[in-house]
Amino acid sequence: MSGATLLKESGPKEVFCGLTSIVWLHRRMPDAFFLVVGSRTCAHLIQSAAGVMIFAEPRFGTAILEERDLAGLADAHDELDRVVKNLLARRPEIKTLFLVGSCPSEVIKIDLSRVAENLNIELKGQVTVLNYSGSGIETTFTQGEDGALKALIPLMPKSNQKKLLLVGTLANAVEDRLISIFNRLGIDNVESFPPRQSTELPSIGPKTKVLLTQPYLTDTARELKNKGAEIIDAPFPLGVTGSTLWIQAAANLFGIDKSIVDSILNPLISRAKQALAPHVEKLSGKKLFLLPESQLEIPLARFLSNECGMEIVEIGTPYLNRDLMKAEIDLLPPDCRIVEGQHVEKQLDRVRDSSPDLVVCGMGLANPLEAEGISTKWSIEMVFSPIHGIDQASDLAELFSRPLRRHDILNPKTLTSN
Amino acid sequence: MELTLWTYEGPPHIGAMRIATSMKKLHYVLHAPQGDTYADLLFTMIERRGSRPPVTYTTFQARDLGGDTAELVKGHIKEAVDRFKPETLLVGESCTAELIQDQPGSLAKGMGFDIPIVSLELPAYSKKENWGGSETFYQIVRTLLKDHSNEFKHTWQEEKRRPRVNLLGPTLLGFRCRDDVLEIQKLLGQYGVDVNVVAPLGASPADIMRIPNADVNVCLYPEIAESTCIWLERNLNIPFTTTVPLGVGATQDFLKELHELLEMEIPQSVNESNNSKLTWYSNSVDSNYLTGKRVFIFGDGTHALAAARIANEELGFKVVGLGTYSREMARKVRPAAKALGLEALITNDYLEVEGAIKETSPELVLGTQMERHSAKRLGIPCAVISTPMHVQDVPARYSPQMGWEGANVIFDDWVHPLMMGLEEHLIGMFKHDFEFVDGHQSHLGHLGGKGNQNSNEEVKTKISSDSKTSNAEPIWTHEGERELSKIPFFVRGKVRRNTENYARQAGCREINEETLYDAKAHYKA
Repeated sequence: MSGATLLKESGPKEVFCGLTSIVWLHRRMPDAFFLVVGSRTCAHLIQSAAGVMIFAEPRFGTAILEERDLAGLADAHDELDRVVKNLLARRPEIKTLFLVGSCPSEVIKIDLSRVAENLNIELKGQVTVLNYSGSGIETTFTQGEDGALKALIPLMPKSNQKKLLLVGTLANAVEDRLISIFNRLGIDNVESFPPRQSTELPSIGPKTKVLLTQPYLTDTARELKNKGAEIIDAPFPLGVTGSTLWIQAAANLFGIDKSIVDSILNPLISRAKQALAPHVEKLSGKKLFLLPESQLEIPLARFLSNECGMEIVEIGTPYLNRDLMKAEIDLLPPDCRIVEGQHVEKQLDRVRDSSPDLVVCGMGLANPLEAEGISTKWSIEMVFSPIHGIDQASDLAELFSRPLRRHDILNPKTLTSN
Repeated sequence: MELTLWTYEGPPHIGAMRIATSMKKLHYVLHAPQGDTYADLLFTMIERRGSRPPVTYTTFQARDLGGDTAELVKGHIKEAVDRFKPETLLVGESCTAELIQDQPGSLAKGMGFDIPIVSLELPAYSKKENWGGSETFYQIVRTLLKDHSNEFKHTWQEEKRRPRVNLLGPTLLGFRCRDDVLEIQKLLGQYGVDVNVVAPLGASPADIMRIPNADVNVCLYPEIAESTCIWLERNLNIPFTTTVPLGVGATQDFLKELHELLEMEIPQSVNESNNSKLTWYSNSVDSNYLTGKRVFIFGDGTHALAAARIANEELGFKVVGLGTYSREMARKVRPAAKALGLEALITNDYLEVEGAIKETSPELVLGTQMERHSAKRLGIPCAVISTPMHVQDVPARYSPQMGWEGANVIFDDWVHPLMMGLEEHLIGMFKHDFEFVDGHQSHLGHLGGKGNQNSNEEVKTKISSDSKTSNAEPIWTHEGERELSKIPFFVRGKVRRNTENYARQAGCREINEETLYDAKAHYKA
């Protein structure tokens, strides 16, 4: 590890729970439905985070527990069974149904795996029913995707073909672009997980080489390893450097000649750096504070300090997986302060004390900080925007330079006479 | 168990947060897991609040459940009191904490603080947001005023002062509450009535203690304040108004009720027809076309009831559907629907509401933001009259619903989505002319989307036919076109033009995937 300082903090937290991942997972796999087994709070959370009203019939919903469901557990299982069958009758296009555990369902110990098992027997393969937990007592925000992917792994067919598997949800256009670059390098067999259709799962085996596209897939990576796949050590594909190292790591493993890799990547790199330049000018020397939420904080800090010249005050991260994050932490500037966990009040005190130019934070905290004159960027935007890969580096930088530009437009520096 | 794709109301602790955040010098410790902190964004995003809700979440985790969660709760309570120094502390739990039964309210009361502690028990598996708000407001008022002596009080006449009233019920995330309070204050001022306390919005615990100084309570939002008003009437002999001043008729009735409660003579000006412009606008010739327009109404109880009266009596619409998502208000909505020859729709299922809209085929929908979306899908004009709140329901401009100005706002908001009278005649007259674009409905902005797409396609064909005519023009390869097609349609035309300009400058004969990215980098730099 580099000279980064790793600290731990506990106290009141201000983060989303794993249920929030449904907001992008349902878009990735339009033939899947996510049924949260939870409370009115769960339903309200997802609709508040996702602006659900734009959907006629969204591909996610909540089976809301009511008082009588709490009275006897056998009833809760039967009730869930009934709700699922009604839903499937109404929505015949659903191919995969995820039963998503929540805080209340975990606390009262509703056995979703048993419900899923029974339903799978009854439905005879017409619909596959899976389960995972997105509860806030166990998961934070993006960890929900980890759970959903892990639930899909047992369904992946076996294969002995040598292939590159990109793991983690990407924007479709970015994914196409990355695959086309790998093809150009001579890696022809490239697949993605999760797939665009829940039923078209990629195969897996000892010759599968996995490149993680997202830093929050701890359990998924472990399960893929158990299936014989090799997880390629690399930083994550954010920014020019991260994306280049990420692509090179796969190219090395596939024995692609360095000269070929360079000849293909170098033009992309110099073009990306050119596009990055105006943002670097804006961001360079500015102080950045990242509050914990999406788990992308460390790779983002690495990009913004190394490639955009920002000064990192503090990197908050909900939890730290040292193995998956090692390559990232090694690239961080020395003495970078990483705080795992959160005490939101103390952290906000540190934000105010350090008067940063930009704070990356959740939606609940952004306007209060803006009202104090501190520019912010929503961390949730990182999981919705196409930001991965060399070609997207300037778009990624722009997400951070825009709030600063806007601040300058609205608050022009005026010369004062006294 | 109930399958819910979308819900009109949040859980009851969200109602409690609305009260806590509306008030000052008060803090709410909420025993809840980390995900429940999403609720902050309702206030900081929808209301654009520049401060965080005064809420400490205990954010317990699965690993805490094996240990002593009660100690964890006490730790958070102590830290919150030390840091925020509230005058009154609210303590409660969300759905998950309710299951582990730590009794945070009792814990807090045993910690020896010298401030009032309000322990909230809001059953999360049977009640909802408005109920939670109402219960929280009631518990705060009861806790702070339960020892208030109920001895004989002089009337305002005896004390030779102006009468004064409390305005009870306005909250954050309530529909246009901020502006309603200003409008009612102005209205009361015109009739010589002073406002004593506004609560919960903007009130501190000390203000709550001043509630007994008023002669009458004005119950502005029964969903939130009715149970409190009843308690204050029973225990402190303060009568309250039951008419909600939404619409011209209801504002007149409200003023009459208030004058009677205060034993004041009702002034003639209450009945004058020029108090609100709604009356004349509705009588003007252009409004003739409003006669019998079929209108479907759905919302919270108070706003749905008021909308039905305004639509029926003041605008001359025909109400073809009336309903509410608040079960607590069903008792009042049912007879109102019956009087209009309808059966009230009491439901929390928006698809059922959409179904009812489809079935009644109204010409205007008055509903929540969800009905706005349903109406959009069905191609029916819609105005929003009720919570749940959306960022659009917190306009920058002054836009009350209550009182005379509120009636003006309502006239504009409801009538503008419809076609204007003369406009409707002209379209009827000219629709067979060749200049007339089929399906022209200027008031339905969303249908314009189709036209936009057409013009985009036109640009596209024009450019590609141009590029065919000249040999010097760069040619799009299949890959290039495919890459271009992934760009959102609304910027695609611009990207196409920029890329072609770039290709011309760079001397490219072909535009492929790479050229697109080259051009992108070129224009970004």
